[in-house]
Amino acid sequence: MKILTKWLRSYLPELPVSDAQLAEDLTLRGIAVEGIFDLGQGNGSLFEMDITTNRVDAMNHYGIAREAAAIYGVALNALDVTLPKHAPSVQEFPVKIEAEEACGRFTARVLRGITIGDSKDWFPGAEISTYFGLLEQKKISNAVDATNFAWLAMGQPTHVFDLDKVEGGIVVRRARKGEKVKTLDGVERALDPEDLVVADHVKPLGLAGVIGGWDSMITPDTKNVLIEAAWFEPMAVRRTARRHGLHTDASHRFERGADFNAPPVASALVARILLENGGRLEGDLVDVRVPAWEGRTANRKPVALALSEVHRILGTTEDKTAIAAATVENVLTGLGCILTWSPSSSQAGKVWNTALPSWRLDLDREIDLIEEIARVYGYNRFANTLPAFGEGVEALPSAEAEAVVRRTMLASGFHEAIGSTFCSATEAALTAPQPGLVVPLGNPLSEEAGVLRPSLVPGMLAMVAVNLHRDVSDVRLFELGTVFSGTTEKVEERPALAFAAVGALPDLSSMQPARAVEFHAVKGVVEQILARFQMRTIYFDRFPPESGLMPAWLHPYRAARAIAEGITVGWLGQLHPVEAAARKIKEPVLLGEIYLDRLYKLPLRKPAAREVSRFQPVRRDFSLVLDARIPWERIDQALIGLQIPEMVEWRAREVFRDTKLGVHDYALLLGVTFQASDRTLREEELQAFQAQVVDAVAKAGARLRS
Amino acid sequence: MTNDAIPTLSAFDDDSLDKAFAAVANEARDEAAQLTTPEAIETYRLRWVGRKQGRLNDVSAWLKAAPPQAKKAVGERFKVLKELVDGLLAAAEGAGPSDAALAAEAIDITLPGTRRLTGAEHPITRTLNEIVSVFAALGYSVGVGPEVETDFYNFESMNFPPGHPARDTQDTLVIANQERRPLRDRLLLRTHTSPVQMRTMESQPPPLRIVIPGKVHRNEADDATHSSTFHQVEGLCVDTNITFSDLKGTLDHAMKALFGSSVKTRFFPSFFPFTEPSADVQISCIFCGGKGCRKCKQSGWIELLGCGMVDPSVFAFAAEKQPAYDPKKVSGFAFGMGIERIAMMKYGVSDIGQFFSGDMRFLGQFA
Repeated sequence: MKILTKWLRSYLPELPVSDAQLAEDLTLRGIAVEGIFDLGQGNGSLFEMDITTNRVDAMNHYGIAREAAAIYGVALNALDVTLPKHAPSVQEFPVKIEAEEACGRFTARVLRGITIGDSKDWFPGAEISTYFGLLEQKKISNAVDATNFAWLAMGQPTHVFDLDKVEGGIVVRRARKGEKVKTLDGVERALDPEDLVVADHVKPLGLAGVIGGWDSMITPDTKNVLIEAAWFEPMAVRRTARRHGLHTDASHRFERGADFNAPPVASALVARILLENGGRLEGDLVDVRVPAWEGRTANRKPVALALSEVHRILGTTEDKTAIAAATVENVLTGLGCILTWSPSSSQAGKVWNTALPSWRLDLDREIDLIEEIARVYGYNRFANTLPAFGEGVEALPSAEAEAVVRRTMLASGFHEAIGSTFCSATEAALTAPQPGLVVPLGNPLSEEAGVLRPSLVPGMLAMVAVNLHRDVSDVRLFELGTVFSGTTEKVEERPALAFAAVGALPDLSSMQPARAVEFHAVKGVVEQILARFQMRTIYFDRFPPESGLMPAWLHPYRAARAIAEGITVGWLGQLHPVEAAARKIKEPVLLGEIYLDRLYKLPLRKPAAREVSRFQPVRRDFSLVLDARIPWERIDQALIGLQIPEMVEWRAREVFRDTKLGVHDYALLLGVTFQASDRTLREEELQAFQAQVVDAVAKAGARLRS
Repeated sequence: MTNDAIPTLSAFDDDSLDKAFAAVANEARDEAAQLTTPEAIETYRLRWVGRKQGRLNDVSAWLKAAPPQAKKAVGERFKVLKELVDGLLAAAEGAGPSDAALAAEAIDITLPGTRRLTGAEHPITRTLNEIVSVFAALGYSVGVGPEVETDFYNFESMNFPPGHPARDTQDTLVIANQERRPLRDRLLLRTHTSPVQMRTMESQPPPLRIVIPGKVHRNEADDATHSSTFHQVEGLCVDTNITFSDLKGTLDHAMKALFGSSVKTRFFPSFFPFTEPSADVQISCIFCGGKGCRKCKQSGWIELLGCGMVDPSVFAFAAEKQPAYDPKKVSGFAFGMGIERIAMMKYGVSDIGQFFSGDMRFLGQFA
């Protein structure tokens, strides 16, 4: 919104400050001046304003002049609304408010014999050509310019009808079923019975408080007019405007609450401007009011304001005292409130009965007045104090677990990413752990973001693709985020971790060639995360072939589930080549997801120290040859089955394939470490253990390599 | 190096023994004098003290061959010889490899070190955590809430009445098929973290101090400074006698903790439905110290957060479940800030979209 200081000063003859100072003082009091533009000698400045929606009363010149008057305690000129003398009406123009729940006041003024044409610079304080020129507001005709002037001056919407198109009189009512009206924008509109209309005795003329009608609009031939200035209920206007997809200056104001007492003033301004081009008034203003609305706006019940409450909420001022009673009175009186002593005032504290100004419908409660006091007094004139320290700090139950997971991922060389909360319905169908439980949006930003993500995988894959397409060949990303499942009735949210890796392992060395990431590298990351939680059993298996649980987008022979305490806590694997190709990805993508809600149910592992044996450990290596169908797990299980306490550790040290072994076989170097906590192991014992190991692995299907 | 075998011994009188042992000892000494490389020392060790083929092993055969009365004499001399050889070995090893040998092992120390690359925490996580820890130090606990909210928690209980124009300022993404449900039960993506204020108050009586980090969504077009997804940190403090000056002091302290002790704050009237009085907070520009620069559009100030005293109608909603939130007895303040904006400023990020791109090159800068 644009404001001219030249126009403001016409209402504030004693304004003691420069335009720049005025801008700063207004801004510090919540009437924000976003930009100041010097308009040259004698023209003052143009303020670009940013007014919060609750201060609709200040979105015009007179409203801002009121604020300035309160801030500086200077006089504010009343708007000049003197009209020429005229004969009283023989017969009052008929106006009826039928929809009393939606229209509080309707004023109508009849002018006859007027001339539609160029608007003139009518009277002091209404230099239209100057003001409109500086505001770059186009002059159109005196009828249009007059309503625009009233709008810019005081923020009251008005409308001028061609009186000769109005049949009978005015009725403010709800639209009837099947009624239509062509509005000023040229659109023929079918009306809803909920729509509020201004009608004559035959037909609707326009949408009340939103837009006028085409058929009754002013034309160059118009001779007689009716000026409408009214007060409409916010919700009625809002609903009507919404229903027709309209947002006009008028609807903007009425939706936020207009000034109940403004219509006669605005009507007079418009009339006076029109009369400058000739014509005469016919009769007095027709002013129909609904007492219930008047009682809820202009004549609201005074609000009780206690000084003690001002102090309880606002606290200490900069000078180490608190807001004084005189400050309260000056500020509120300046804003148009009328303060009187309340009988409930006592020694404990002063209480005022505060009558509220008709233009400030946002003021309604004691706290609203306290805000006004703080605002006009100046927020920055309050002290900076600290409340006394409260109780202990409580961390979220999963905060530590989340930190542990994040740290492990970071230490494994993955960057943290934040992906889209949404994905396409297709991707959701592909990745949802529970098929069908995908939640669609009612007004998605795009089709690709049509549903709430049931898994972090779609976002992860999108981010991987972005990197690869930008020629970043090594990608290691993880996301800690929320996944959604359920129905549009009830949505469940769960924390999840997803990660993806492409390209080289995160070792940067000039000594060794880079190694490509493969399944076991990411499996190691998952193992490390799981190892931070306390669990008795943990194993990885293939998705059972007949269960249908195997995600279609994973490589069927390079994918695994992680099962802790009998519950699936996540999975990992290589992206299916078909899915990779669909995303134009040529490199193998390793990825996985951990269901953190399940993991967080397990306690974090608490480190506990064990005695470190001071006796020498002995390592024995076994070179084995196995059938390709025998997995490591079987060897592992066979060794677990031995239950030799002195066998403290064993590992698959190396796996290799060699044509010499035959196509179906592979070689495995098994390293086993023996150590006792209470003695040095004797050679005979070691030999016995070795024999047991050889026997066990042989039963599992392995041959000792000769 | 001689390859002669240790002779067998026939005479075991002292003279013969002395002579035989001296010959072996001289031989050991002569050979030891030639040792220069670690390999040679190893060969010497094997030749003299090797468990199977070592020459001392052969000498020990003299002990077995000796008649019982001579065993002691042989044993004593053998012990002296063994100590001699051990001593020679130790001396040879102590001298260590020659400089030439070491020079042959030279490496290029200017080649870069081998690094295991670590990941980078997301700048948004990092900023969130920084802010949360500032308030944790002031006694605030962390609160969280769902990203899919009901109209009641997101709007109504935050004093956005149904149909109120203030709702227009937060364009909302909604869950499908809500039209038939009562307005307050309709599901939407929370547009701010404020609903967690109400959820926390409903479950916990005053006094209350919580700080709420979280992801929020709005139905708006993305550009360099706006994203339909972003993060907020919200705070709420409720107790008896919490005042506007406490709000000012708390935020002034927090801004100094986050941006440095020389930072100044100033408060402007603003409007939020759930607070009254409401304020916007600016801090003195952290780039120019308040003199005016491009970053602060020459104003010397940067707008950073919104705050205010909790509106009595918000307390009234909370009091439905926790009667202790009586607006006549308790008061409180709430504040909220956008994390992307702060992170952009702190780290010099020019396009908000980068936070959500997953671009390794962008994220790697925060390692």
